[in-house]
Amino acid sequence: MSEVIVVTSGKGGVGKTTTTANVGTGLAKMGKKVCLIDTDIGLRNLDVVMGLENRIVYNLVDVVEGSCRVKQALIKDKRNPGLYLMPSAQTRDKSSVTPGQMIKVIEHLKDQFDYVILDCPAGIEQGFQNAIAGAERALVVTTPEVSAIRDADRIIGLLEANGFKQMDLIINRMRMDMVRRGDMMSASDVVDILAVPLIGVIPDDENVVIATNQGEPLVDGPSPAGKAYQNVVLRVQGKEVPFMNFDRGISFWTRVTGIFHKA
Amino acid sequence: MKHFFRRKSSREVAKDRLKILLISDRVNCSPEMMELIKTDIAKVISKYMKIDSANMEIQINTKGAKGTRKKNPTLYANIPILDLHKQ
Repeated sequence: MSEVIVVTSGKGGVGKTTTTANVGTGLAKMGKKVCLIDTDIGLRNLDVVMGLENRIVYNLVDVVEGSCRVKQALIKDKRNPGLYLMPSAQTRDKSSVTPGQMIKVIEHLKDQFDYVILDCPAGIEQGFQNAIAGAERALVVTTPEVSAIRDADRIIGLLEANGFKQMDLIINRMRMDMVRRGDMMSASDVVDILAVPLIGVIPDDENVVIATNQGEPLVDGPSPAGKAYQNVVLRVQGKEVPFMNFDRGISFWTRVTGIFHKA
Repeated sequence: MKHFFRRKSSREVAKDRLKILLISDRVNCSPEMMELIKTDIAKVISKYMKIDSANMEIQINTKGAKGTRKKNPTLYANIPILDLHKQ
């Protein structure tokens, strides 16, 4: 039984591509057959985050236009067997593909993969419509900021209107030190406002930048973000994992003074 | 003592702003339509009593069970009555 998941957010720059790369890689590391599709036509990025930018020959638009077979456009991941990427076109625009064509491509891929994960572009226009067309489940990525949460709420409304039954929330770039100071909304604040089930909280972690520089997803690694993504991977498969406590690494003294600051 | 007089934390400010913002975002009702509803309500009520139509307010709010997205929108009308008996 295969599952088609779209990773979306509304606002740009909140971590859709990073989430797609890490969740996909994590699932592949657990032995699943995974296909990642970059649907951001004109602004493709998933290939660089995965470190596969030099292997692209054909892309999604070529497949849709019939210039190549689906199999020819799929790039095999360097490290993980069972993980494939369908890159997007860089020199075309969103109108090169229609929702109907996306559904066709996904139907074809569904037979061969356990998970098809779509990286959605920012915005709510045609690119978004294309990305959600063939999906049945969504991961909504947001950060604990008013702008990102507002856009996430709009996206959730649109997903509901399009008949999505399963939507889960990922809160990215969480800074526990700021939450403790009262200068950032906590995960429960965000869940309270958006009212969708939480599937992961990713701490703000410089290792994400390093991993992106190197083109290697950090899921399953020792970094805080890597561990948090690994938990998302488990929860996506329906396993129950307790939420991480990011307080570790904070000195005894900060904790003591923290208590007084709460007053 | 300073802590007791501290102003609202930016976290609370953000939460409050978002809650209000999302109510109007979710309702998705144009200001033009609200204006039409308002004049129609004023017309109907004016048949029975004298109202201050210049100072009446209407707004759509959502109230529903906490933690669910299925909320029932409710129309609130605030209509100052000048005279209950028209004649």
